[in-house]
Amino acid sequence: MIEIKNLSKKFQTAEGTVYALKDISLNVKKGDIYGIIGMSGAGKSTLVRCINMLEKPSSGTVLIEGKDIGVLPESKLREIRRNVTMIFQNFNLLMQRNCLKNICFPLELAGVKKKEAREYAMELLKTVGLPDKANAYPAQLSGGQQQRIAIARALATNPKVLLCDEATSALDPNTTNSILRLIKDINKKLGITVIIITHQMSVVEEVCNNVAILDEGRVVEDGPVRAVFSNPKSEAGRKLVFPSGERKEAKHA
Amino acid sequence: MLEKIFSPEAIEETIWIIQNEFPLAIWETVYVTISATAVAIVIGMPLGVMLVAGEKDGILPLPKAFMQVLNVTINLLRSIPFLILMILAFPLTRLIVGTTVGTVASIVPLVIAAFPFVARLVEGSLRELNPNIVEAAQSMGASPLQIITKVMIPESIPSLISVFTIAITTILGYSAMSGIIGGGGLGKIAINYGYYRYKYLVMLVAVALLIALVQIFQSAGTKGAVKSDKRLKQTV
Repeated sequence: MIEIKNLSKKFQTAEGTVYALKDISLNVKKGDIYGIIGMSGAGKSTLVRCINMLEKPSSGTVLIEGKDIGVLPESKLREIRRNVTMIFQNFNLLMQRNCLKNICFPLELAGVKKKEAREYAMELLKTVGLPDKANAYPAQLSGGQQQRIAIARALATNPKVLLCDEATSALDPNTTNSILRLIKDINKKLGITVIIITHQMSVVEEVCNNVAILDEGRVVEDGPVRAVFSNPKSEAGRKLVFPSGERKEAKHA
Repeated sequence: MLEKIFSPEAIEETIWIIQNEFPLAIWETVYVTISATAVAIVIGMPLGVMLVAGEKDGILPLPKAFMQVLNVTINLLRSIPFLILMILAFPLTRLIVGTTVGTVASIVPLVIAAFPFVARLVEGSLRELNPNIVEAAQSMGASPLQIITKVMIPESIPSLISVFTIAITTILGYSAMSGIIGGGGLGKIAINYGYYRYKYLVMLVAVALLIALVQIFQSAGTKGAVKSDKRLKQTV
């Protein structure tokens, strides 16, 4: 479904060239829930933005269903982005539009008729469990509810891939779990491939089938979640799985 | 001094002037202010959008040379004192209106003075917008034009109403100044009676009315900005 090959991204800063991503290769299968985990500054957000070309890679390719999207012109990219949608840490809803109109927004961009868009948006509100919030404004909702609206918005164009950029990092543990259940549900019911970017181990353990560990712009380890987490081989992997000292105790026990 | 200003004759005369000249003067001031602001917004708003969207890292980068000319032109017009700008604008005013004196003629220099100001105010407003929201729109496949018309401007409406209120009150002040070169309105009355003919009471009344107008515009604008802002929690 998604194939990333030898992807690198460098930024020019005042201090010189900084490599955010170095030679990344990943393979995400159709219908998978794939986690990309790493500490802050590991390059996760840059990586996920390369998957929908919000960031242009410096080198390497991103293939979606076998199609190299790096060579597409802007207008074609916009069509791809309807198939590869995204949710964010801070939800990024339009604050001056009510929930229904927020969900209609991507349909409006795609030129779908208003009435059709509204009907579908109402349906999506039910899917995310907030059928009574059509006329509420985002500021009137809790964080978890806002993220549900953002998920409904991301589903409006019937995407094949959902990218989650730290989607639960601003939420409390209970809300996080309910959002993760919703994502799992969507994955199962609609067959949408999900990529989850996070720094939280628990998120990956909860929903992901496969995981890649990102450290300083490199994939240091990847594979099935259970295999990677039960026996991390890389330094960064061990740091994530056994934060400060825990590992020593585990050894003695 | 005070006794002279408030002497019975002065009061009587002032009342006569209030009855005969003020209604038209108020109307002229309001008319000039609102029409000059409206035209200044029509010209200044697109320029303000360009200043933000047309930047190198903006959503619709424009040629660097064009952006430089735009910036320099705006700064240049902003730095000329209004009194001098009115005189410099005479040829253009004559071209558009046919004369350089009178109420309608004073709209031209007002617009020239105000549109660069409006452009900068709009620029400031749009820059306040959370860039993540623009990114989210891009991630949904929005084109640059769609981002401008469906995200940047609608999301900035409360702030835009606030800055347009600043613009209208500033232009009201400028419009009073145009009384010096033959523009009509409360400014003309204040200058003609107060400055040239030492009828201070008339001037005071004119100034009081200008203050009242600013208050009215400002409260209406503030109310509009607050009411339009859906970020403030209010019951539906």
